[in-house]
Amino acid sequence: MAIIEVSGLRKRYGDKVAVDGVSFAVEAGEIFGILGPNGAGKTTTVECVAGLRSPDAGTITVAGRHPRESRELLGVQLQESELPERIRVREAIELFSSFYRDPRDWTERLGLAEHRDVEFGKLSGGQKQRLNIALALVGNPRVAILDELTTGLDPQARRDTWRVVEDVRASGVTIVLVTHFMAEAERLCDRLAVVNAGRVVALDTPSGLVSRVDGSQRVRFRASGLDPSLLRALPEVIEVDANGDHLTVTGEGNLLHAVTSLLARKHIVAAELRVDQVSLDDAYVELTGGTRAQDR
Amino acid sequence: MRRIVEIEARLFLRERRNAVFSLLFSTLLLLVLGSIPGLRTPDSQFGGLRFVDVYAPTLIVITLAFLGLQRVPQVVATYRESGVLRRFATTPVDPARLLVAQMIVNMVAALVSIAITVAVGHLVFGIDLPHHPVWMVLAVALGAAALFGVGLVIAALAPTARAAGGIATVVFMLIMFFGGAYLPRKMLPEVVNRIGEHLPPGVQALQDGWLGGTPQPLHLAIMALVTIVAGTVAARTFRWG
Repeated sequence: MAIIEVSGLRKRYGDKVAVDGVSFAVEAGEIFGILGPNGAGKTTTVECVAGLRSPDAGTITVAGRHPRESRELLGVQLQESELPERIRVREAIELFSSFYRDPRDWTERLGLAEHRDVEFGKLSGGQKQRLNIALALVGNPRVAILDELTTGLDPQARRDTWRVVEDVRASGVTIVLVTHFMAEAERLCDRLAVVNAGRVVALDTPSGLVSRVDGSQRVRFRASGLDPSLLRALPEVIEVDANGDHLTVTGEGNLLHAVTSLLARKHIVAAELRVDQVSLDDAYVELTGGTRAQDR
Repeated sequence: MRRIVEIEARLFLRERRNAVFSLLFSTLLLLVLGSIPGLRTPDSQFGGLRFVDVYAPTLIVITLAFLGLQRVPQVVATYRESGVLRRFATTPVDPARLLVAQMIVNMVAALVSIAITVAVGHLVFGIDLPHHPVWMVLAVALGAAALFGVGLVIAALAPTARAAGGIATVVFMLIMFFGGAYLPRKMLPEVVNRIGEHLPPGVQALQDGWLGGTPQPLHLAIMALVTIVAGTVAARTFRWG
């Protein structure tokens, strides 16, 4: 059953079209990723879902309701949304708890218990982000929207935050995760919408997206005196990229065996041989037309 | 709503420098000025009154101008810039309540600060208690509301918190000048005093309520009008995100 349905969403700011006909449905209980480069329209899309912006066209329902009527059901963690510097963790939780009918305190589970008396301005990046999650969840929502959750965190804090997100989902909350980190999407998301220039260019599971890319394997090695056309003649090979002695062979099936057999027949010794699986990274770059997300 | 006001009040007091300044500065200034013998003896220049009597309503102007033009625009513009208002907008609670809570906290701070000044002025220097307490409270409340409204308009129109602070400081200086903070009003040209009477927070109405006859309804009406106009402009132009 879909808990969020977005259909034909459009939003422009002046002359700039931010979202140009986005449609997707989020199933209850899943972690749904929205992936795309900066400026692709991800944040505008989730702000419309959260009822913070009115779409120019299209419909959005959250649990069958208009976004503005669903604030009790939705927990939102926005990008760059802070708290007063001097407010203490405990006070922020108490304050936001008072806004909901059935609040829930996540500080214990998010490891914030020993920081209850610390002021917001004195928390580390990871602690602030955990407090953000705690505040997004304080209303005991059915859906949590988390925008750029781990941007600016160090790798350890990022991994800790991922574990928290998995915990939250395990407690039955549906999660919409906006990100431009591939590793994050691959690790957490059940399904992903890849957004580029205001449109959904692909919607699939992470492995489904990977399989869309031609050639799921890549073999790289260094060898002299090998004619690339011999490699191209192999049925498993899709593409050969020769750069001096360095060869990159993309293909499918039993690519490695086919390549090494050829080398053995020709008595050519390959050096620095490596096999890469095509990753979500490659799929993403292909789907978004080569605009690689920048890791800030 | 009570919880929001309570948290805002705690945040207000937690900023020690701000709390001390807004609650005690006017009183401290009165004590410093009053410690100079010449300023607490009757002076023909002030129509036989003492400087401390003449300066008393200006102390209120200083308190209200600080709260309305330093505190209000800075806090509100920072709340917008750092996304505090946006975060509120994602909850079932209207983010406007945060601004209402700000106004309540600052209004209470103004009344407390002025009460301290009046009490200390009376006990230490024998400055009269307000001749017309009801009018006095009304004049303070309307004057504060008018200045808070101006502060909100600045916060609404300024592109950034920094710009809000800059614009507000210029207005603050002008209000202080017309309110007689730099030169006592008795020494200012008549035209400046006439202008000052009609600018928020209405120094003449404050003077009348404290030490004179009843304030002129016109002065109070102007403060009410400024409050309504500024409040409307702020509400119409305010950006939440």
